[in-house]
Amino acid sequence: MEPKTLFDKVWDAHVVEKIEGGPSVLYIDKHLIHEVTSPQAFAGLESRGLKVFRPEKTVATPDHNIPTVNQHLKIEDELSRNQIETLTANCKKNDITLYGLNHPKNGIVHVVGPELGHTQPGMTMVCGDSHTSTHGAFGAVAFGIGTSEVEMVLATQCILQPKPKRMRITIDGELQKGVTAKDLTLYVIAQLGTGGATGYFVEYAGSAVRNLTMEGRMTVCNMSIEMGARGGMIAPDETTFEYVKGREFAPKGEDWDKAVAKWKELKTDDGAVFDKEYTYKAEDIEPMLTYGTNPGMGTGISGNIPRAEEVEASELPTFKKSLEYMGFGLGDKLLGKKVDYVFVGSCTNGRIEDLRMLASLVKGKKKADSVTAWIVPGSKQVEKQAQEEGLVEVLEEAGFELRQPGCSACLAMNDDKIPAGKYSVSTSNRNFEGRQGPGSRTLLASPLTAAAAAVTGVITDPRELF
Amino acid sequence: MPIDKFTVLESSYVPLPIENVDTDQIIPARFLKATSREGFGENLFRDWRFAADGSENKDFVLNNPKYSGQILVAGKNFGSGSSREHAAWAVHDYGFKVVVSSFFADIFRNNALNNGVLPVVVSPEFLSKVFAAVEADNSQKLVVDLEEQSISLNGEKEEFEINPYKKNCLLNGFDDIDYLLDKKENIEEFEK
Repeated sequence: MEPKTLFDKVWDAHVVEKIEGGPSVLYIDKHLIHEVTSPQAFAGLESRGLKVFRPEKTVATPDHNIPTVNQHLKIEDELSRNQIETLTANCKKNDITLYGLNHPKNGIVHVVGPELGHTQPGMTMVCGDSHTSTHGAFGAVAFGIGTSEVEMVLATQCILQPKPKRMRITIDGELQKGVTAKDLTLYVIAQLGTGGATGYFVEYAGSAVRNLTMEGRMTVCNMSIEMGARGGMIAPDETTFEYVKGREFAPKGEDWDKAVAKWKELKTDDGAVFDKEYTYKAEDIEPMLTYGTNPGMGTGISGNIPRAEEVEASELPTFKKSLEYMGFGLGDKLLGKKVDYVFVGSCTNGRIEDLRMLASLVKGKKKADSVTAWIVPGSKQVEKQAQEEGLVEVLEEAGFELRQPGCSACLAMNDDKIPAGKYSVSTSNRNFEGRQGPGSRTLLASPLTAAAAAVTGVITDPRELF
Repeated sequence: MPIDKFTVLESSYVPLPIENVDTDQIIPARFLKATSREGFGENLFRDWRFAADGSENKDFVLNNPKYSGQILVAGKNFGSGSSREHAAWAVHDYGFKVVVSSFFADIFRNNALNNGVLPVVVSPEFLSKVFAAVEADNSQKLVVDLEEQSISLNGEKEEFEINPYKKNCLLNGFDDIDYLLDKKENIEEFEK
């Protein structure tokens, strides 16, 4: 048999048929939906007089647009409330499982899926959200789709999709102390650029990736889209099985043993060919920070913003426009720059391990008075666990408070907006102009770097605070 | 949603020579609260088009009466970021039928095609010429011919790629859901 990549194995097993010279009809095992990108899909379905084909394969949770304070009260913003009520009504009408607002399992769709065991190795998964790539951490082929495609999945449990090319990114070696999965992914994106993996599905490999926890792997796969990749995945191993085992929707008993036996085959065969390969050394990575308006504009924290002669001439106008927006200059050092806001949360870094990292650094210190910090757990379960582990207490003693779960200031659809001109060190995934609120200036970083900024009020190398 | 048929379009065009135009610029998240597909054109490029107080930003190309047309020409890596189809709806609702760039983000390209907006990938050299031509003469036109997969500027022609399935869909106004619904039996068979 010809050697195959992990991606090919999972993709090929789900092709119902291939259209000559066109896309494949790809069967979807698990469809996740939220309130913002689904209403038009349900409306489309209704206008065609169709019902949801396989309602048991879709799971819903509102997250993008929900408030992160007073969730027990009526949502004040009428449009937001309407979106959430529409999701509730659509789920009820179509027999779709919904973890609604205030439900103990509510949370960000990409946090909820894995923590409940909906996400499993070898699956195809889609959601009307580009960070669906998160689930690739389990060896699933998972990617974001548009609303027309959400409608396709609701109607037929399938999607028409051209097969992406294959890329492997290998990171060998050991990450230094204070360097996290987030730094690893920001490093890779800085190397490849924001469109460097467009058209590809990425497999992450190498000892540095293998040594990551599941939370870390999710952070890495989550950010795949930020270099344009259709998705990112990591071969499942004991770390994966350990994480999935016992979760609510994970296989149980004999089914579990059978599933694991199957999942163990999900790896790239020796000799399988990738269309593109990159290799990096973990030792070269330091805590990372972005300084511009796309996630590819990043540097090691001790570095500086490139000087004009270091930027490709054709890209210089766009580069300068970006720095102007950020209020930074060519060649600027990042260390010591003032920080106004710190946001810890999102589907990238809103999991329990991220809150542990934050707490480990701020323990015994105090939040800088000049900094407003928003700590937003990724789900109700993360919130609960943080309480049980005593993290909330540590954070409160240091002057932080936890908000309620949701996407929050990552995309600022709700009221959690960074004011114009203010600098926000954020553990989220995008630093686009206005992403965290009109005029907001975002610097993407790990929870440790965010914690260091929160206690000092300026950009600080977290390794100096251990 | 059945999509508009697309065959040939000859139109003047709007130049946006900025790279990495992301979906948050095309339609900021705070405008995604609607539950229908209509009306997003109003907020296309909202934060570039309008100042914080709602007044028009005269420097932005969509507010410049010199430029108009059904074709938007943008710098490389157009549509990066979010999967929000609202970005494609906004482009379509504003009145653009074609977006020309030297590179598109994958999800945006799929979303555009699913809404009858044709993404045309041209070489960086051709893109530069297109920008230069409209700067010299704002009534400059482009001709996009889907059947022959070509785009022409003053008789200079470049071919572009599109997969035959999608090409057929656009030429005939078919959408993917119709296709998939026809395959229901095969899908049920696959499930066994």
